[in-house]
Amino acid sequence: MGRTHMRPARAAIIVALAALTITGCAQNRNNLPNNAADLGLSGAAPGSTQDFTVNVGDRIFFDTDSSVIRADAQATLARQAQWLGQYPNYQITIEGHADERGTREYNLALGARRAAATKAFLESRGVSGSRLRTISFGKERPVATCDAASCWNQNRRAVTVLTGQGS
Amino acid sequence: MMMTHRSGRLAALFAAMMALFAATALPARALVEIDINQGNIEPLPIAVTDFISGDGIGAQISQVVSDNLRRSGLFLPVDKGAFIEQVSNPDAAPRFEDWRVINAQALVTGRVTEEGGGRLRAEFRLWDTFAGEQMTGEQFFTNRDNWRRVAHIISDAIFERLTGEKGYFDTRIVYVAESGPRDNRTKRLAIMDQDGFNNRYLTQGGDIVLTPRFSPSRQEITYMDFAGGEPKVYLLQLETGQRELVGDFPGMTFSPRFSPDGQKVVMSLQQPDGNANIYAMDLRSRNTTRLTNSPSIDTSPSYSPDGSRIVFESDRGGRQQLYVMGANGGGATRISFGNGSYSTPVWSPRGDLIAFTKQSGGQFSIGVMRPDGSGERILTTGFHNEGPTWAPNGRYLMFFRQNAGAGGPQLFSIDLTGRNEQPVPVEGYASDPAWSPLLE
Repeated sequence: MGRTHMRPARAAIIVALAALTITGCAQNRNNLPNNAADLGLSGAAPGSTQDFTVNVGDRIFFDTDSSVIRADAQATLARQAQWLGQYPNYQITIEGHADERGTREYNLALGARRAAATKAFLESRGVSGSRLRTISFGKERPVATCDAASCWNQNRRAVTVLTGQGS
Repeated sequence: MMMTHRSGRLAALFAAMMALFAATALPARALVEIDINQGNIEPLPIAVTDFISGDGIGAQISQVVSDNLRRSGLFLPVDKGAFIEQVSNPDAAPRFEDWRVINAQALVTGRVTEEGGGRLRAEFRLWDTFAGEQMTGEQFFTNRDNWRRVAHIISDAIFERLTGEKGYFDTRIVYVAESGPRDNRTKRLAIMDQDGFNNRYLTQGGDIVLTPRFSPSRQEITYMDFAGGEPKVYLLQLETGQRELVGDFPGMTFSPRFSPDGQKVVMSLQQPDGNANIYAMDLRSRNTTRLTNSPSIDTSPSYSPDGSRIVFESDRGGRQQLYVMGANGGGATRISFGNGSYSTPVWSPRGDLIAFTKQSGGQFSIGVMRPDGSGERILTTGFHNEGPTWAPNGRYLMFFRQNAGAGGPQLFSIDLTGRNEQPVPVEGYASDPAWSPLLE
């Protein structure tokens, strides 16, 4: 999953970088909250899942033991809310995750807390609660698997998953 | 899938305590014994001879007994190559001086006899070589398939006679077997003997399963399963494989554990605001009682063995710490005050200690403290140690460990001194062990 270069023109990345500067977090480019470089730019039809992932950003990140929505995450969620308002037929599952530096039961609870905080933020930005469900995976589904902070930072996340067209 | 039946085994396996030599049943003078409460114990040299049998089964049983005793850390089985006397008649008194001279303070002899119909009779005698007396002797009848279990029962009898403590060898471990890539692990419930043998899988790996715990009174476990899309607490009948949802709650339920009488499951229930509080459900009446009500993560509840109190972890004070409350909820008292955070408390079946996971300085430790929070002792520390479970005699713990850069977690056991740490042989990766009560 190595992301070897960024596309600095991407608006999402610029937002994220600005937020990182503000919060002073020592994060590297691997932590940027979207998959733009992975997925490329072509073929993301407006309103598609790929459009959401690439152009909006499907995930936000958290500080250790925290479920506070950081400034960079607020920007991502604001874009998500706007996009979800534009495409109201999607149902949404918010997955809460924890890094592996905690015990299992606490991490399940922490993931639930992060998912709930994310849901509350999206609701505050106009996304109907009836479209949103949450699930915690605790530390069971890391995306980055090294035993170092660079990976743990990426695993403390909430991922907004489009679960299909509602009616 | 082959299911083993405890009730079937009960019928098949009955122990006949025999006063083989009535005159020595109540020894008049002090015999060899181990004081398990001593801090630094020299393992007791013990000679475990091959049980006499028509085939290799006698030697196999002896080997299991010897391995059990060695892993306890309290015994040092003497190398068979040093034996002088070759025991051919286990009914006759051994030549004690032959065993004293190789410093075997205790001696185990035995015999395995075919009873017909696939049944075995296994007998053993435990001798004090310095007193020149038999300490105990028992015989068991069983199906041949159960030979390992007979070896564990014999091990427990020896352990109990020499330490004064209940044994823990005739027990099982339920745990989570892990396979596949770390970012998409397959997790299956599995059960095995405490020494890692007779492993079998209880679930197929289609769903994430976590934190299995044994019922104290039935062939049943409670655990968490992601089946159906929402993680929930379930009961699983070991004999039938039948699975049953515990309670009907709106959110995630997790971190279940039985009450000591087996009649309740205590667990965490996710609240609408994302916090988690503790509830107990009576398995007969299905009545649910809320035990905590706080804007925090309250989880990992564990009853005291008398059922009167519950220890749990909460981040209500900021970081995770351990708290004790009455079994009906209400005011909770914080008991952990060291530097770091504390989680996964488990009350010892003896009642005297609470085991926990401690995070401090980037390390994960397994430790114990008294129920009032005093006497904290760390038993092992490293990159990641988590989730202790007590042996039924309250003298050993099992937990899982993942070293930095390792592909996955593995199980370890450790005694209360922290000196005797042993890997538990499991094929593949393993986590979330839970020790059974002594089998019946």
